[in-house]
Amino acid sequence: MNSEQSEKQISRRKFISRVTKAGVSIAVAGGLGYTFYDSVGPSGALTKSVVSVPDFSMAELGKKMAVARGEDRQETLEKAFGALGGIENFIKKGDRVLLKVNAAFASPPILSATTNPDLVARCIELCLKAGAASVSVTDNPINDPAACFKLTGIEAATASSGGKLFLPRDSYFKPTTVPGGSLITNWPILFEPLEGITKLIGISPVKDHERSGASMSMKNWYGLLGGHRNIFHQDIHNTIKELAMMVRPTLVVLDGTTAMMTNGPTGGALSDLKNTNTMIVSTDQVAADAFGCTLLGKTAADLPYITKAAAAGVGTSDYESLKPIML
Amino acid sequence: MKIVTVRRISQVFFFCLFVWFCIVSSFGTKWFQLRGWPADLILQLDPLVAVGTLLTTHTIYKGLLWGLATIILTIIFGRVFCGWICPFGAFHQFIGWLGSRRRKLKERIAANRYRKAAVLKYFFLVAFLAAALIPLGSKTVLLTGLLDPIPFFHRSFNLIVLPIADRFTGVLSVAPRVYDGAFLVGGVFLAAVFMNLLIPRFYCRFLCPTGALLGFLGRFAIWRIGKNLAACSNCMQCEKSCEGACSPAREIRISECVLCFNCYDQCRENVMVYATGESKGGEIALPDMTRRGLIVSSVSGLLAAQLFPLASTTAAGSTTLIRPPGSLPEAEFLQRCIKCGQCMRICPTNIIVPSGLFDGIENLWTPVLNFTDGTSGCQLNCTACGHVCPTSAVRPISLTEKLGVDAFADKGPIRIGSAYVDRTRCLPWAMKKPCIVCQENCPVTPKAIFVTETFETVRSGEREIRSALGSDIQVSGPSMVQGQYGTGDFYVAVGEGELETRHRIFSNGENSISFGTETAAEFHQGNTVKIQVRLLQPNIDLSRCIGCGTCMHECPLGGRRGVRVTSDNESRSMKKIA
Repeated sequence: MNSEQSEKQISRRKFISRVTKAGVSIAVAGGLGYTFYDSVGPSGALTKSVVSVPDFSMAELGKKMAVARGEDRQETLEKAFGALGGIENFIKKGDRVLLKVNAAFASPPILSATTNPDLVARCIELCLKAGAASVSVTDNPINDPAACFKLTGIEAATASSGGKLFLPRDSYFKPTTVPGGSLITNWPILFEPLEGITKLIGISPVKDHERSGASMSMKNWYGLLGGHRNIFHQDIHNTIKELAMMVRPTLVVLDGTTAMMTNGPTGGALSDLKNTNTMIVSTDQVAADAFGCTLLGKTAADLPYITKAAAAGVGTSDYESLKPIML
Repeated sequence: MKIVTVRRISQVFFFCLFVWFCIVSSFGTKWFQLRGWPADLILQLDPLVAVGTLLTTHTIYKGLLWGLATIILTIIFGRVFCGWICPFGAFHQFIGWLGSRRRKLKERIAANRYRKAAVLKYFFLVAFLAAALIPLGSKTVLLTGLLDPIPFFHRSFNLIVLPIADRFTGVLSVAPRVYDGAFLVGGVFLAAVFMNLLIPRFYCRFLCPTGALLGFLGRFAIWRIGKNLAACSNCMQCEKSCEGACSPAREIRISECVLCFNCYDQCRENVMVYATGESKGGEIALPDMTRRGLIVSSVSGLLAAQLFPLASTTAAGSTTLIRPPGSLPEAEFLQRCIKCGQCMRICPTNIIVPSGLFDGIENLWTPVLNFTDGTSGCQLNCTACGHVCPTSAVRPISLTEKLGVDAFADKGPIRIGSAYVDRTRCLPWAMKKPCIVCQENCPVTPKAIFVTETFETVRSGEREIRSALGSDIQVSGPSMVQGQYGTGDFYVAVGEGELETRHRIFSNGENSISFGTETAAEFHQGNTVKIQVRLLQPNIDLSRCIGCGTCMHECPLGGRRGVRVTSDNESRSMKKIA
């Protein structure tokens, strides 16, 4: 190097300071390199499931079912609950309850394509009366969620009766895998509303459904699925079976006051509907559906998912064996 | 030996190494073709690749750790990478030298003066890194590859320079290589190269985000260039060929200095030295970036990253793009791909091509599959692309994993998409013409394409037998083109329902049909017969199809293939339909 170098001298102090800083920088860089070094590489695996749906059923109460006849949903609901020993039997003081409604379509209550808002309101009121600390309502609809909850009247019914509405947001979905299932694996479900709750009630109308035959209690859980869920329609019966395996509710409310007989599951005309004046409350979702489909003029044998769910041990398709209380 | 000579030797060495690595990244059995060459080494030495992917993935993938060597070198010595190693820098320097040879001293000093715009590269760097670091609701995106010099140079060499050179030599590939959007890739490359004629090392001084990163890192460099006398004669020879435009004659900008040693070499008074002390002319260690500039650029990066989820191209991590086999799920893919074009260079069938502007800036120049050009589909037994990917955006899969055998039998083969027959275009379906090239070429065992056999009566195919004699019959109706039914695919059907029989036509005249053998007893004068074509119509078995695109490549329909591959059912996505 240059002989005059000495003239561009640096004070000892400055030099030490700079060398120290350089040394620290190198140590930090080296430390980061060591810490984050990845000798294996990414696995390429898709999202892993992180949550599972808790069991909300109350085994100690056994399998029960009540069927109340009548035109007034609020009345038949109370009657059915009463026959099962009152809602207090299921909802205890301090329970945090979630109602999974069917709000799939942005259509008015009169078309019965969605859970009836009066029914939702009364159910919320009954839960609160029984001492529930909170009652929330959710669904991941097919049409635009905000419009669905607004037009079905469920939003207003929830607000007026003291419930809390969960509109689905991206961050509410978490991947799950159904134990023993093969279709719903590592799949995002609407989990946030389920978090921290102690009781789950499925509450849905009885409807014709083109692909699966009928949309009732078990099919209602489809509304918990997120992602590109339409790929499940190609194997709908096994999917509904897995949904029933995934969700074990405290009870289901199956509203057959006005059944959608044709053009389901959207309907759209009053001529699609028939007054069947039946309200079903059951702790067994398979039995509820097995009974519910009779309102559509079908039997459990017509709907493969009922037989499949029963075979998977979710419940019984022989609703008579529950000795349903008919009112 | 003069130090600038050593520097030039180093630059030439690394440039040649770079070109060599590009050349060896081709598929074949010649001694120089990919066979353990560290073809990604220069990419791995680029610290921005390591830093960018570290921010998005929180890992440093395998060879990217080499970037640490560059970082340590820079912390101790300054931007030695830019002046001594970077092949793109060497190339710019060479073009800049060509451009300034005839210039007067004054012009050269003016061309090499420091310009405020040099701060731009720091803005780019900070914006890129901010977009890579903070997700704010959506996944982070790695954009460094747009400007990162080594991926830039690799891309340009892989997709433009070598394919053009090879067109004349034919050494590396028999068929000329085809790359969609080559004009954009090449145009940007040429612009970067030709700007050197105006301002030497234009790209390095104003745009290069790696140079910017090293500019930050070199602030504590123990040795640095500077003057050992404040009162030199100010001849300005030192700024005549200053590569970094770092103002060595005045207050030297340490962050801009690329250690070219030209000032040291040119100084007639031996005032310029490389030593531990500060320059007597004063020095500025940090980039010319104010706190305000830092905030503005990082906020712009963050905001820009928020724009991508607005576009359907990256929304919810879904894509319609078909990626090479072994590609990570889309969101993770975009966190790693540096757009270097290595996979596009190595692909033996030339079906991996750079994505264009239509797929969004975040996808620009990332690899997508084009099954209509190239020489075939994705070869069943080839896994080359993942093995040259420097960041594992495309994983280095084994053949057993790709085929889904042995340890991977449970998972099944890697699917990159699935094929669909368009029955409104496919010749046997739509035009009643025999074809079935797709089925023959399906490489999967058993084939993912299976056929439905059917006999269709041709246009004006219903005829009445005028006479039957020997192996010939004469028929009524419009005259036929001689031999048109003699291809072996045509039959004459006679009889109804259960009793219907078919006889293969051997040849035909204008009104006669010959069967080659004695005509069957069914043919009698006055009988109505049907001339039929035997068709094998292709169907896809989704559970077998891996989306390799061989069928699409071989489909004879040029305008729009009768069988087309889409990304549906790809292994790396949740959206599986089979």
